[in-house]
Amino acid sequence: MLLEVRDLHVEFHTRDGVAKAVNGVNYSVAEGETLAVLGESGSGKSVTAQAVMGILDMPPGKISGGEILFKDRDLLKMKKDERRKIRGQEMAMIFQDALSSLNPVLSVGEQLGEMFVVHRGMSHKDAKLKAVELMDRVRIPAAKERVGNFPHQFSGGMRQRIMIAMAMALEPSLIIADEPTTALDVTVQAQVMDLLAELQRELNMGLILITHDLGVVADVADKIAVMYAGRIVESAPVHEIYRAPAHPYTKGLLRSIPRLDQKGRELYAIKGLPPNLLHIPPGCAFNPRCPMAQEICRGEVPPLFEVAEHRESACYFWKETLDAR
Amino acid sequence: MGRYVIRRLLQMIPVFFGTTLLIFLMVNVMGDPIAGLCGDRQCDPATAAQLRSEFGLDKPVWQQYLTYMGNVFTGDFGTAFNGQKVTELMATAFPITIRLTIVAIVFEIVIGISLGVVTGLRRGRPVDTTVLILTLVVISIPTFVTGLLLQLLLGVEWGIIKPSVSSEAPFNELLVPGLVLASVSLAYVTRLTRTSIAENARADYVRTAVAKGLPRRRVVIRHLLRNSLIPVVTFIGTDVGALMGGAIVTERIFNIHGVGFQLYQGILRQNSQTVVGFVTILVLVFLAANLLVDLLYAVLDPRIRYA
Repeated sequence: MLLEVRDLHVEFHTRDGVAKAVNGVNYSVAEGETLAVLGESGSGKSVTAQAVMGILDMPPGKISGGEILFKDRDLLKMKKDERRKIRGQEMAMIFQDALSSLNPVLSVGEQLGEMFVVHRGMSHKDAKLKAVELMDRVRIPAAKERVGNFPHQFSGGMRQRIMIAMAMALEPSLIIADEPTTALDVTVQAQVMDLLAELQRELNMGLILITHDLGVVADVADKIAVMYAGRIVESAPVHEIYRAPAHPYTKGLLRSIPRLDQKGRELYAIKGLPPNLLHIPPGCAFNPRCPMAQEICRGEVPPLFEVAEHRESACYFWKETLDAR
Repeated sequence: MGRYVIRRLLQMIPVFFGTTLLIFLMVNVMGDPIAGLCGDRQCDPATAAQLRSEFGLDKPVWQQYLTYMGNVFTGDFGTAFNGQKVTELMATAFPITIRLTIVAIVFEIVIGISLGVVTGLRRGRPVDTTVLILTLVVISIPTFVTGLLLQLLLGVEWGIIKPSVSSEAPFNELLVPGLVLASVSLAYVTRLTRTSIAENARADYVRTAVAKGLPRRRVVIRHLLRNSLIPVVTFIGTDVGALMGGAIVTERIFNIHGVGFQLYQGILRQNSQTVVGFVTILVLVFLAANLLVDLLYAVLDPRIRYA
């Protein structure tokens, strides 16, 4: 397995108390595989990714338990410098907002070339050639002329391509894309997503795709992990989850996708709000919003039940949920 | 860019005439320049009247201004109280003050920015709090107090430096006066850098730089500092002008015969030619420094383009 996250716990120590952002997450990604991590804002999907990447702000963040195995080595036990060398070379990250994620005062050529200068000890001249090559590869027109341009001189889609090029630069084996298309126009979203999927296939990389866009997921992901209040509530191969969700939360998410054949009717929304991470409700964190909640849901945190092969759900009533579609 | 510079240079013309006129008028109400020439004694009325017509002081103020400006453009800044040409005074005074300013600016850049970076990255920790309190103390104490105190301690009591700078004013003698001159600005530079660094340290592009696996030094210097220096450069740039003209107190304390010293003498002797001449040059320095800062802006931040 390329990456295995085991029982990861992350807390944030704030003035108001300890916010439990990630509470025992398990997931794994194999080479060439795409895992989509789904969830609302504050569900812990980005925090988990930042912990894997090693870019969590600590403090206030703190990894309070678990293991992150990357190529069978625990990242959390590594020395700082060892960990740094893995970043960029063996795993890379694509961020949501390319405009703010790229340095405004350095040319894109410098920012791309930097990867080769730092990790490969290349000269600035050679690194610039590499930068042009990368820009060509992500299909930025007139790459040679534009290598000296600054991020603000590119369109949103082109900027995100540069982000992708930067992540691909050293051909890492794992890419984490944190909502890579959220900030883009719908027309550009598909192009960027296609490019990402294509490069992933070419380089046989593992891809963790963090998103709340269910439409994006269906096309590219192999499997899905749905997160809620810092836990994975359901994980399954992508098509099965669309066919029959085994957790009321997933069901709610799927129902809230606007559909053309429901034009004129009120849009569905899951009632209530995501829980405050300072005070996660006891038992199943989803119980206050869940239409199926019973007494048992307010007592113990539900474990992950094996629904089928490679399918798990953290709901006491997963059978009923499956059947009730 | 070229057009922008030309426009800025043209804008300097009215500013230049406006300021010089104001100074000229202010010096004019300062008192009778002839009275100063006779020292402590009362002037002989006949001699005074003769001098007045010789210097053109019996003419209306606007005519005096026009004559003066006419002379300035031919390079004649008039005569100082001791009969020396004002241009000669400038030739000895400006190099000294420029040296003093360089020392002060270097202190501001090296100490101010380093302290700012260190504290900005460790916000809320003991180093940060200590430096913050120190800068507050430095800002609150007037320059003449720090100046006299350092002169007394380092110069008189411990004999580490010469209490009074020699007339050549070489760099090594200007170290302590430069530090005194820089002290308040240095504290501001520290605070400005600190805030800017602390703010930018949370920026997305810094997170990207970390995610790229860059060494921390490179993240801080190349990505963080470069972005954080933009407001600091503005401050230091405008400070060049302020330091050159504002060294009066420091130059008095350490007996440095620079611009501040000559201005002080000029005011004391009511010699309008010296005062107006020096201030005119300072106005030009100020304008040039401001233009330079604006141009430097575009160099530091490519998002700023002048058309």
